[in-house]
Amino acid sequence: MVNPNPRIVVGAGYGLKDWLIQRVTAGVMAIYTVLLALFLALYGDGFEGWRAIMANGLVRFITFIFILSLCYHAWVGIRDIWMDYVKPTGIRLTLHVLTALVLLGNAGWAAQIIWRL
Amino acid sequence: MAEIVKKRPKYLNLLEIKLPLPGWVSILHRVSGAGLFLMLPPLIWLFGLSLGSPDNIETFKAITGHPLAKLILLGLLWAYLHHFCMGIRILLLDMHKGIEKAQARASAVAVLVVSLALTVVLGVKLLW
Repeated sequence: MVNPNPRIVVGAGYGLKDWLIQRVTAGVMAIYTVLLALFLALYGDGFEGWRAIMANGLVRFITFIFILSLCYHAWVGIRDIWMDYVKPTGIRLTLHVLTALVLLGNAGWAAQIIWRL
Repeated sequence: MAEIVKKRPKYLNLLEIKLPLPGWVSILHRVSGAGLFLMLPPLIWLFGLSLGSPDNIETFKAITGHPLAKLILLGLLWAYLHHFCMGIRILLLDMHKGIEKAQARASAVAVLVVSLALTVVLGVKLLW
């Protein structure tokens, strides 16, 4: 018997999870954005103030969570774009992998910047 | 009885259909998201420079002082703000708030206007 609902190699993950994660990471980033804007308005005086904000332990902690949220969010979003416009499995899989690798690299790079402060 | 076979999935010719304003705001959410993704490496590089040595900070100032860089950063600021405002609209729609046609249209206009206004205000403050 032919499977009436065959799973596709480069499918979306077939569930609520990605949809929900997209919302949760969006919420995290929105709250972080407002908090950082507030910190900048209060203490962000020049490059010294900016550095002091980012070197703060709590800010570093939430910035790291922001970075991870951004990369997961971008993964779901960009993957959805590939799934909408790129049909051949091979090309789509390649683009998915490249997107994931670029995002992983970016996340590591940004995390390293905040942790060396 | 003849069976009616609907052609699915249905593809729309983007060059022929006339997109209503909420449609434009929606596609701009995608465009802004893609733009932000593509510009992540330069943004992280600038982020690192801004938190680096005095030399790094000089480089940061030299780059962000260039008119073309300012224009690109202004575009990215708009992209972030549009994505942010549209994101909040999507979250509200998910919670079944403002799903009537008139309200949804009004909130789409609000997303467009608020993000553009914030871009002007923050752009002037941060970039000039």
